[in-house]
Amino acid sequence: MTVNPSGWRPSAPANEQGESETVTGNRALMLEEPLIFEIGSTEQTGVDFTQIPQRASRLGGLERSRPIGLPGLSEPEMVRHYTRLSRQNYAIDMGLFPLGSCTMKHNPRLNEKIARLPGFADVHPLQPQETVQGALQVINELAFWLLDLTGMYGVAMSPKAGAHGELCGLLCIRAALEARGDKREVVLVPESAHGTNPATAAFAGYRVESIPANSAGRVDLDALKSRLGPDVAAVMITNPNTCGLFEPDMIAISEAVHGAGAFVYCDGANFNAIVGKVRPGDLGIDAMHINLHKTFSTPHGGGGPGSGPVVLSEALAPYGPLPFAAKYPDGSYRLVEEEHAADEHPGAFGRMVAFHGQMGMFTRALAYILSHGADGLKQVAEDAVLNANYILRSLEDVLDAPFAASGPCMHEAIFSDKGFAEGLSTIDLAKALIDEGFHPMTMYFPLVVHGAMLIEPTETESKATLDQFIAAARSIAGRAKAGDPSLKAAPVHAPRRRLDETLAARKPVLVYREPEAAQ
Amino acid sequence: MRYLPLSDADRSEMLAVVGASSIDDLFCDVPEELRLKGPIEGLPMHASELAVERHMTALSRKNMVAGEVPFFLGCGAYRHHVPASVDHIIQRGEFLTSYTPYQPEIAQGTLQLLFEFQTQVARLFGCEVANASMYDGSTAMWEAIGMARRITRRTKSVISSGVHPHYVRVAETMAKFTGDMLDMALPELDAATDAERLIASIDGETSAVVVQYPDILGRITDLTPIAEGAHAAGALLIAVVTEPVALGLIKSPGEMGADIVVGEGQSIGVGLQFGGPYVGLFACRENHVRQMPGRLAGETVDAEGKRGFVLTLSTREQHIRREKATSNICTSSVLCAMAFTAHLTLLGEKGLRQLASLNHARAREAAERLSAIPGVELVNDAFFNEFTLKLPVEARPAVHAMVEKGVLGGVSLGRLYPGERTLQNGLVVAVTETVTDADIDAFEAALKEAVR
Repeated sequence: MTVNPSGWRPSAPANEQGESETVTGNRALMLEEPLIFEIGSTEQTGVDFTQIPQRASRLGGLERSRPIGLPGLSEPEMVRHYTRLSRQNYAIDMGLFPLGSCTMKHNPRLNEKIARLPGFADVHPLQPQETVQGALQVINELAFWLLDLTGMYGVAMSPKAGAHGELCGLLCIRAALEARGDKREVVLVPESAHGTNPATAAFAGYRVESIPANSAGRVDLDALKSRLGPDVAAVMITNPNTCGLFEPDMIAISEAVHGAGAFVYCDGANFNAIVGKVRPGDLGIDAMHINLHKTFSTPHGGGGPGSGPVVLSEALAPYGPLPFAAKYPDGSYRLVEEEHAADEHPGAFGRMVAFHGQMGMFTRALAYILSHGADGLKQVAEDAVLNANYILRSLEDVLDAPFAASGPCMHEAIFSDKGFAEGLSTIDLAKALIDEGFHPMTMYFPLVVHGAMLIEPTETESKATLDQFIAAARSIAGRAKAGDPSLKAAPVHAPRRRLDETLAARKPVLVYREPEAAQ
Repeated sequence: MRYLPLSDADRSEMLAVVGASSIDDLFCDVPEELRLKGPIEGLPMHASELAVERHMTALSRKNMVAGEVPFFLGCGAYRHHVPASVDHIIQRGEFLTSYTPYQPEIAQGTLQLLFEFQTQVARLFGCEVANASMYDGSTAMWEAIGMARRITRRTKSVISSGVHPHYVRVAETMAKFTGDMLDMALPELDAATDAERLIASIDGETSAVVVQYPDILGRITDLTPIAEGAHAAGALLIAVVTEPVALGLIKSPGEMGADIVVGEGQSIGVGLQFGGPYVGLFACRENHVRQMPGRLAGETVDAEGKRGFVLTLSTREQHIRREKATSNICTSSVLCAMAFTAHLTLLGEKGLRQLASLNHARAREAAERLSAIPGVELVNDAFFNEFTLKLPVEARPAVHAMVEKGVLGGVSLGRLYPGERTLQNGLVVAVTETVTDADIDAFEAALKEAVR
């Protein structure tokens, strides 16, 4: 989450340290790499085809006449091009990646192997169902794990990512309200919510109103109660919230919301903190998406694919989308699609995606869940919370921790930039962490904390890694308070110095154009 | 537990630093009565890698593997050969285990790759710009309808009967909640598409016309007259491409006047995977870019003046604009976009044309052979690698009968349009470069028997 409210722009580097130029522009393992459009050729290809039969075409006179402009590379060049690019990326495989609310945990390689088994990877979504019983069983088994872990009544497996899951949950709520002839127009979202929450509510046709946080970083229960009324369809809560805190009033919140005839949507982005420790179903939640790419270790892949199944309460389950995999008494599995909906799932609000959801993520998540088991998942939450509290207590004397006095945090620790010298902000500390070999934390989010730094280490980090991070963060925090101007130049050791985001937005260059055509 | 580095000694030491006497102290905000005392009952405990692999492998064996039988399914998901080097690239930890590139100084790999992806998609679709991917083709189509609504400030979309019925279902579902009006129709088993109906349906309220190219029956038709009809009424043309390999051989929708071109990128680099994850493609005209959903990578310079890439125009997006964003999308499908780009870079224009030619030639051959079976008719005049057969019997039971012979012989229209009597004899057949002569022989024999 990078925002730059101050409008800061990069300027010439402050500490050159006399680095000598190389002929190639490369610096040992730090390798520059052009674009494929600068190195490839439309006549080059890295794929060999055996003879192509010459036949008259049946293309209705629509043959392409103009070149497309797609350069190709031979296989060694392609592999090298993308390998060199890959080395300009930081990744969880390389080190701590403590982006708050993103849950960057280790991605087990067993999961990758499982997802690539031909019986999962090479199966078509429209194959006759007698030929995909194993795939349907995977969906069904994972669904039951998610129900048991959350204590909920039903689950919609097809949403493709967290925000898509939010949309699924809100559409269930809308369908349930419409079924009782209740037209409500407002969704309440706390100020600290992830941006997808209000965006989703608007996407689902609701008007969004904000509810404030109290001084302890929690939902202001009185403010919420006073806003509830016959026009409120739902309240979207994140629990644990984006300040890394559990909402201790969750039961009271749910009761108040239900009492007003509305539903409780829970953003499950932070489920990693409580998996195996407390069940959302016991908190009065009606719908919650689960990011399989967070809690259940499927890889983030540079921004997806994700997977966002939504668990539903008994009140909402009848409205969940089609299709879903059902098990029948004879032991067989079947997809319940539009065809059978009238008999088996008449309340369905509709369909969210072309096929059946993120199968490749289901296989990975199920392999992960089976590996940990009920005991391991509980340990996951405990270690994730312990690691976050260890960071909180190891940094609270050098960084302002606005909620530290109110007790322990959950899976992430939040700090502010209060006390930094004039002119220095969270971004400067973050960029200096890059030079120390760490990915920065989430910056400037949530908005309720000034210059927020949200640190989520996850359970897959060792104490030694945390100690190294703490030492680096303490040192940089000291420099930030002392006003060390060199922080403004950070990072100096990364493949690129700070990039000019204002220029990128003011004069967008979104595709490559050949130099002669660029005019 | 193999994924957890902390030892019991670490945990005790860390609890001491934290000032807690037990781990439960850290969960004190969770009301006592709600805290689970032990592992959830009735669920299995942790398991070895070997045990998990055994269980999952056993499940995988219950599926019929496309690559092990004569295989002819398409309708939105296509089986193409993916070179080994493509999967190697996306399994590199630097790509696989990185996040959305929020810190561009240490994410240039992902960002430059996305810039290459955007350029490839834009060129393939004949558009000026493309975004950094959507979830899949069906959600990309709905987002395009929403974008057209924002641009035209109109709410009626005319949807071709040739659009994938699942895509239409997704749009129909969303439209119920947004109040958009959709003008829809069922396809007919005929060589002609519904271009005339579309053009006749456009009026001053029309926001967009939505066509699929090639369409659900594999038909291809010139989009120019539809684009002209839409533009004359101030509406946009949205084209949906579910088989982008076709564009190696046939004109792009952008060339024919489409304003927004969306698609499913699965068939280049991604694989079948029982329906997901796939990758939504989204391209449009440059002057509409601020209404576009999704992430965009853009070129800029760093503080030393070196070229670099960042996520840009984020004032469209949910993390800045919240309820005023162009979409709620956050995580999209970047790793699949990477596979798409690596595969397309390996192919290049020359390889893509060859691949497309091979697909078309194989499909022509299969179409001739199959339509020579007594009672079986080829519906299409023009097609790329997918065509529709009209059988003398219902296609759905025929498909099941062919499974008995070990043949995955196409998608019945009965599966896609259950209960629609006029379509029950339709069988949609896709033929890619992976199909062998022996596969066509086996399909022909199985179909002959099934229609007898």
